[in-house]
Amino acid sequence: MSQSTLPQPKPEIGRPRRRIVGEQKVTGTATYAAEYAPENLLHGYVVNAKITKGRITGIEERAAREVEGVVEIMHHLRRPKMGYFDMQYSDIDAPPGSPFRVFYDANVQFNEQPIALVLADTFEAARYAASLIEVSYEEDPFDVDLHKNLDKARKPKEGIDSILKPMPPDDYGDFDRAFGEAAATYEGEVYHRSQHHNPLEMHATTTVYEGKGKVTVYDKTQGTTNSQMYVSSALGLKMSDVRVIAPFVGGGFGSGLRPQYQVLLSVMAALYLKRNVRVQLDREQMYTFGHRPETLQRVRFGASADGKLTAVSHEAYAETSRFEDYHETVVNHAGVLYPVENVHLDYQLVPLDRFTPLDMRAPGGLTGVLAVETAMDQLADRLQMDPLEFRLKNYAERDQSTGKPFSSKELRACYSQAAERFGWDQRKPTGQHPRRGNRLVGHGMASGIWDAIMLPAKATARLTTEGKLLIQCALNDCGQGAYTVMSQIAADELGLPFEDVTFEYADSKLDASPVQGGSFTTGVVGSAVKAACFALKDKIFHLAQILDGFPLGDALLPDVTFTGGEIVLHADPSVRIPFTEIIAFNKGKALEVSKTNIPNPIKLKRYTRNSHAASFVEVEVDAQLGVVYLTRAVTAVAAGRIMNTQTARSQILGGMVWGISMALREETLLDHNMGKFMNTNLAEYHVPVHADIGELDVIFVEEKDDIVNELGVKGLGEIGTISMAPAIANAIFNATGKVVTQFPFKLGDL
Amino acid sequence: MNNFHYERVTDVDTAVAAATGAGNSYLGGGTNLIDLWKYDLAHPEKLVDLNGIDELKEVTELPDGGLRLGALVTNNKTAYHPTVQERYPLLSRTILAGATPQIRNAATNGGNLLQRTRCYYFYDAASPCNKRVPGSGCPAREGHNRLHAILGHSEACIATMPSDMCVALAALEATVRVRGPQGERHIPFADFHRLPGEKPELDNTLGEDELILSIDLPARGFADHHTYLKLRDRHSYAFAVVSVALGYELDGEGKITTARIALGGVAHKPWRVPAAEELLVGQAPSEDQFARAADALLEGASGFKHNTFKIDLAHRAIIRAGAMAHDPSCQRPGAKPSL
Amino acid sequence: MSSPHQIQLTVNGKTQQLSVRPWVSLLDALRHHLHLHGTKKGCDHGQCGACTVICDGERVLSCLNLAVMKDGSEITTIEGLGQPGNLHPLQEAFLEHDAYQCGYCTPGQICSGVALIEEGHATTREEVKELMSGNLCRCGANTNIIDAIMAVKDGAHE
Repeated sequence: MSQSTLPQPKPEIGRPRRRIVGEQKVTGTATYAAEYAPENLLHGYVVNAKITKGRITGIEERAAREVEGVVEIMHHLRRPKMGYFDMQYSDIDAPPGSPFRVFYDANVQFNEQPIALVLADTFEAARYAASLIEVSYEEDPFDVDLHKNLDKARKPKEGIDSILKPMPPDDYGDFDRAFGEAAATYEGEVYHRSQHHNPLEMHATTTVYEGKGKVTVYDKTQGTTNSQMYVSSALGLKMSDVRVIAPFVGGGFGSGLRPQYQVLLSVMAALYLKRNVRVQLDREQMYTFGHRPETLQRVRFGASADGKLTAVSHEAYAETSRFEDYHETVVNHAGVLYPVENVHLDYQLVPLDRFTPLDMRAPGGLTGVLAVETAMDQLADRLQMDPLEFRLKNYAERDQSTGKPFSSKELRACYSQAAERFGWDQRKPTGQHPRRGNRLVGHGMASGIWDAIMLPAKATARLTTEGKLLIQCALNDCGQGAYTVMSQIAADELGLPFEDVTFEYADSKLDASPVQGGSFTTGVVGSAVKAACFALKDKIFHLAQILDGFPLGDALLPDVTFTGGEIVLHADPSVRIPFTEIIAFNKGKALEVSKTNIPNPIKLKRYTRNSHAASFVEVEVDAQLGVVYLTRAVTAVAAGRIMNTQTARSQILGGMVWGISMALREETLLDHNMGKFMNTNLAEYHVPVHADIGELDVIFVEEKDDIVNELGVKGLGEIGTISMAPAIANAIFNATGKVVTQFPFKLGDL
Repeated sequence: MNNFHYERVTDVDTAVAAATGAGNSYLGGGTNLIDLWKYDLAHPEKLVDLNGIDELKEVTELPDGGLRLGALVTNNKTAYHPTVQERYPLLSRTILAGATPQIRNAATNGGNLLQRTRCYYFYDAASPCNKRVPGSGCPAREGHNRLHAILGHSEACIATMPSDMCVALAALEATVRVRGPQGERHIPFADFHRLPGEKPELDNTLGEDELILSIDLPARGFADHHTYLKLRDRHSYAFAVVSVALGYELDGEGKITTARIALGGVAHKPWRVPAAEELLVGQAPSEDQFARAADALLEGASGFKHNTFKIDLAHRAIIRAGAMAHDPSCQRPGAKPSL
Repeated sequence: MSSPHQIQLTVNGKTQQLSVRPWVSLLDALRHHLHLHGTKKGCDHGQCGACTVICDGERVLSCLNLAVMKDGSEITTIEGLGQPGNLHPLQEAFLEHDAYQCGYCTPGQICSGVALIEEGHATTREEVKELMSGNLCRCGANTNIIDAIMAVKDGAHE
């Protein structure tokens, strides 16, 4: 009997599957970092500096101490011992430089730097007392203005993060000549201010003091392992004395990629007072750490008369702090997206008296592709070509910037499927769409690209005594759906029903996981889960081979199928060995395997590995008032295998909303005279509201990729964002003839 | 920040007596006061909670054909009140353009008048601000001033008053009925909010310890021709960058007999210029006529680095509002500001 | 310092006696005193909607109310709408439409949506979007959230 006639359960991978934590989230029973309520909890409230640069000369805390319920006030003069070396503060995501050390000394390096922590019996007492602390300073001159300091721009220092965020390749071809000879050229700038992640849950940590210097830390983080390493190394603790748990995270978007100061303060206070301590930041304090860097870009694109892109110059100047060189991959994308032969790229940093920027959803990619894809439409316009036709004319079959082939690339299918769904054939040249009342109509499109990153990760798979599957990894999930997807991968690998898989996660005592970010979680951790499950399968099979009576004969692993909690022999499907029989044979003990999946760098390096997308957008622009309405958008995504069609769609929808926000809504306003951000609240920092969101549609294009990882997945966290913002800008141009050069495009900008 | 005492009262006289004293504050919906207190911007010694005063929670007909809106009626109850919807749809629509259902369910009519500016520097306790700390300076002039005034600003202060509802109340020529230790008085709406001048710390002309009892609407409600056009930085849940409340009445020949235009987001009070409205009288509504009125209304406007665009935008908005007012039935809550 | 006030709240049908200082918000009373953490703190200033509860039949922001102001009130929080295994139709619809990602704005969205359906002011999808705009969702689940509410709203009318 052939294998195909065996009863095969419907595969989990590729189907829609509700989130395993859904019921908890919709009933308010999911517990977030600030919601653990151990006995005798102290509440910490942070005091922030009111100068931009200088030194603390005095902290007057008498009035604060008189507040009923106040237990202690901590700052640089009253704290446990902290590490001396920069290395001790370098978390997994730290860029080159000297990481900020909270409460280390009297120096103030940026406005709103945390400088004291009030601990009290109640949240209200801590907050009130914090407002009574008076700090005196010696102030130094400072500079936070990017534009005024462009002359101080310099190349970033390179560090380990350059592996994930490559620097621009050297120039190739002869840009100046090609640009000079181009039949059509476009020169322009793209600028956006800093932006803040603003997850709805404010950063918080609840630390349970376990005695003898041990702590259990409920942290808002995108990596329990990262938080554990950071806390223990900064405070000189043993790793085993710090356990970080974070099953529910109310949004990250990058804000939790580096451990933020509330975690160190919470643990420091817990150790200092030998008490349980919660520190929750307030919304204003959510603007006191990393953010998407303010970036100014200059593009010069040239094309031949027949529409071949011949010359690309892409230069970017981004803010960083005085103490770390945060950098992004901003200018590398045009050379990958388009086979252009004459390229000049430059990426420089301007150190300023601000906090270090931090990865924020689609870091670098969103910024850079925005400049590339808006420039492409300007060139198309000058060439009197349809923007889609222009891109197809310049479709890259290989990565011209490195000469490597793509591991897979279905961008062409993204273009065609999204164009069809959208009705791109109805598009008219700029300014020629029929009006709708007072509103001009514009159609725009853009391409998106993001790296498919691969890293090592470890996971454990256990066949429980009930014959069910338990998988374990320290990975945590901020809402992307990873817990569900990992369970699906495990279920398929072992042929178990989804319900028979349990996933233990978000605990640093489990197998170390990379931070959750960069769109690599499913590929990286999913491959480890798959590898662990495969190893477990192998182990189960080996026991099955030596069961009493040798029911499998001399069959090898390929000769059997794992399905429905049984091993079924292909040659004779009546031979079925339930997992429970294997457990019984194993004297009732569970079977467990841990496996580290290490990607093959030699194989990976031969290819350029990217996910791709194309967005098609319709806007209406009120001709007199300049109000922009996003009426509808279609995004098609080619990102390898889609694991869970429901949560994947949500990921892309979320990315599209972020693209809308980049194009039309969010920015943080920095006062250069005071050195501080002014709209540090959700009333004046505009994230989109429901009324801002038009009809959104998502297409997943089929794409097979055997290179990127075992699962063939490329990740979805960033790609949905990237093509949206430039598509909106291009649609505004199509409607109005106005080139959008500053983002977000706002009322008054037309 | 500070801690405070709390007292709940059930009648107006007790309320006024309880609030007498430095630092005592009336508490209505609390949507602005509690926010300000949390930001260390308001420091009440005692909050006198008015929510037990039932007599201020009523909407009643007035003998002159007008309507009395109790100070403690919530914004949502006012907006959805059948009489308001029928006779003062401009007010209903304007209220619904502001804030969110959750906030409007708590925010009261009286409190709406007392909203403080959303100037970034006012809202940051660490920044200098002449409104908060007289004489400390105004960083908004050289800083971020998108939300700020283009009319009626002073050297000391360029803040705007953020209410939507007040813009309609100005256009409707409402009266604010108040009671204080010295008794009851009526304040015409145009006299209620203050321009900053040299005393930006004073938002309005309400006397110390005076309590708003009601907002009285005159009979004329512009139910046939009106609009509230709000332009903002997102399509909902944002303060006005520029807004226009506009109403007019027509005679049998289609000529305007009475017109009212009030602007929001441009000054520290709803901006009205009666002479601009007079220009419209006797004219058939048209783009040109509203443009003339807009010129008069915006005379003397001057902006700053980030808000000069509002002068032109307000001009365009007035013209559009004039057109939209012609057929108010095309407007629904949340509708786009287009025909 | 002001002495504590003794207040009574009926939360999810259960009468609770609380001793609170005047400056304790209704949100913190729910979270810290009653350990009902389903109501979320996203800004504490009335700017995000995560703390939305239904108080005496109306949706309000619990962060902008002092607990003492609500003495004698009946409050429904997300925990009172439905629990695992016994979900409110809108909670079920949120699962069906994947109308949440991180889950942090979700209780506020659901409380707000339940009240919106009850209020009856919104008919069209555009109106639902407008009257749900007091609840921010940073993950961008917006279209799924509106889909879930429309499904329950229209179902309720059938």
